Amino acid sequence: MSSASDELRPRGAEERLVNPEVAKAGDESERGQDGGRLAHAEGASRPLSAEPAARREREPQPRGAKIRGDRPIDQAEAAERFLAAPLHQKAHDERLWDLRKKRDAAAHGIPEWEELRELASQIKAHTLSNLDTYLEQFEAAAKANGVHVHWAADGAEHNRIVHAIMRDHGARTLIKSKSMLTEECGFRHYMAGVGIEIIETDLGERIQQLDAEEPSHIVVPAVHKTRLDVAEVFARTLGTDPDNDDVHYLAESQRETTRPHILSADAGMTGCNFAVAETGSVVTCTNEGNADLSGNVPKLQIHSIGIEKLIPRIEYLGVFIRLLSRSALGSPITQYTSHFRGPRAGTEMHMVLVDNGRSARLGMEEFWTSLKCIRCAACMNTCPVYRRSGGLSYGATYAGPIGLIIDPTYNKRKYSTLPFSSTMNGSCTNVCPVKINIHEQIFAWRKVLAEEHYIPALKQGMMKAAGAVLARPAAYRAAIGAADSALKVLPRFAVYNPLNTWGKKREMPEAPRETFHAWYKRERLKKTGQDA
Amino acid sequence: MSAREAILATLRANRPAGAHPLPEVPLFTPLVGPDLVAEFGERLKRMGGRVADADGGDPFGPVRERLQGARVVASAVPEYAGNRDLASVMQPGDLADVDVAIVRAVFGIAETGSVLFTERQLVVNAVAYLAQHLVVLLDPADILPNVQAAYLRPEFGQSAYAVLHTGPSATADIEGVLIHGAQGVRSLTVLLVPRP
Ligand code: SF4
Repeated sequence: MSSASDELRPRGAEERLVNPEVAKAGDESERGQDGGRLAHAEGASRPLSAEPAARREREPQPRGAKIRGDRPIDQAEAAERFLAAPLHQKAHDERLWDLRKKRDAAAHGIPEWEELRELASQIKAHTLSNLDTYLEQFEAAAKANGVHVHWAADGAEHNRIVHAIMRDHGARTLIKSKSMLTEECGFRHYMAGVGIEIIETDLGERIQQLDAEEPSHIVVPAVHKTRLDVAEVFARTLGTDPDNDDVHYLAESQRETTRPHILSADAGMTGCNFAVAETGSVVTCTNEGNADLSGNVPKLQIHSIGIEKLIPRIEYLGVFIRLLSRSALGSPITQYTSHFRGPRAGTEMHMVLVDNGRSARLGMEEFWTSLKCIRCAACMNTCPVYRRSGGLSYGATYAGPIGLIIDPTYNKRKYSTLPFSSTMNGSCTNVCPVKINIHEQIFAWRKVLAEEHYIPALKQGMMKAAGAVLARPAAYRAAIGAADSALKVLPRFAVYNPLNTWGKKREMPEAPRETFHAWYKRERLKKTGQDA
Repeated sequence: MSAREAILATLRANRPAGAHPLPEVPLFTPLVGPDLVAEFGERLKRMGGRVADADGGDPFGPVRERLQGARVVASAVPEYAGNRDLASVMQPGDLADVDVAIVRAVFGIAETGSVLFTERQLVVNAVAYLAQHLVVLLDPADILPNVQAAYLRPEFGQSAYAVLHTGPSATADIEGVLIHGAQGVRSLTVLLVPRP
């Protein structure tokens, strides 16, 4: 697809992996045994840190969307603020683009990639359409393994169940690994209210917890922060040296301050990447080792599972594990792929199966396949709007393309504007490892929201006119160029509701001079130093 | 109605239209060549791990320096004595001071450079994360070609805990700067040592 080829254009290749300023002598992380550069886990393939000059002119971190109850999120407003912080915006964009490039290289390294995507999509479709029986099978297997199984209709019930388990054990502290499901449930907030201390043990998630912010990305939660921001957060909350923004120092500080919590916690919790019906196993795919510590150190272990995570049999992990990390990070596998099936001797293991809107989503003809999502974030990394506006601008648990199609199922009014935060280039659909037709669902949501009057009448009128071209990315781009209605600088174009730029009532006073794609191409070429 | 009954009822009522049969998953040709040992080592190194042949007499030669510098060595293998008895550990947290842990892998995977452990190899699961460094014994004859082959093995359905390690604990959550030893081991070294 032409949209993808534009996006695929390589950026400038720098040779250093880590900025010499932050590399510690004798550190083995940067280079492998053979001396080659390492870029596994979430590692960037080249240095992406803000220019040293940026240290002197400190740019405050832009914050996320303003939440006003149920009122529609103004993503464009928050995105504007992100764009007004060029150091953050650039670092964010480049970092995610790097992940996207790593993903492409990994995918191209497997001849059967497209076949794997199709298989994964079919296995998920099958499981979802028989989810009742697979859940029953999972429950029976887990119980036979000595696991306590709980069912939660929504986030509140999940929180109450976990609280009750904790209370039964007199447990006051809980260490946990990253879980988008618990973010959905507002778990930390609830537990704080009942006096239970929650410690996030994933580095990115811990940064966000300490800064009282939501994760901005489902794989790299603090990707919108520079190391200067992290240094500020850690100095304020962990007592680190505020002037030391060495990434090694910061990471080590988190390790050292988290370890005592891990050793003393009463309970440990993980999320779930895959739940295997046949064996009752919970599978987590992580890099830091914190999920395995959460599951293997405390006496009480709890796994929170979204019901859509089911797969029928272990052997299908041979499909999904091969897709997940390659799509997410460009690595063939995560550092740890952990299969929790039963309690350790003398300990208790609980699994909480959480619905929280999933069973209802299954009944939405146009949107049920969004339940296939394995949360790899490839669609976010490839999305030009997401990369330039930051995950927090969406004001929802899930940002980026996947967020646009599942957030409205949680709250149609509040997230009514999100499906308009897309250029409809289709790149998300192209990279999705389970072949969700993301951009088509985005468009379908626009129609639903228009029909149900969640968007203003003016935009509704434009919907009709724009509908035909919006549905076809190539035609859409051609129309944008011809109408001369794109904005001079991509970000304003990208983050503004395309329907605004479409209509008579322009948001931007100056006459647009070039389209996003033309702009993008030019910027790319400038960076790579190539001739057009 | 309990949450369980309500969820199952809604799922039944909302079953998507159309047939969605489970596909037949073909056995894909491994991405790796016939020299599984070389392929395994190559992939493991790219994932930040280290690999060494047993050079003649002393299988622990490549990690001798690390072992000599260690105060506490917890060994789960008969080939090395260590000075912390895993079998008598009362609670996992007691292993927080382990410098080096030594364990044997059930098998390796050439496609990824991964090694598998279950609770049987680890004795105390947490030792593989609380230790500062992990040394893994792997029989070169135990290397499988790919992830797909690994998931046909019985260990996943039989063990309370089964884990694939691919290199050491790692993070790059800050600016993409790769760091080994996020919460778990700072290094993982595989020694190719046949089973006794
Ligand atoms: S929608 Fe697809 S690409 Fe996006 S996070 Fe989910 S699985 Fe990954």
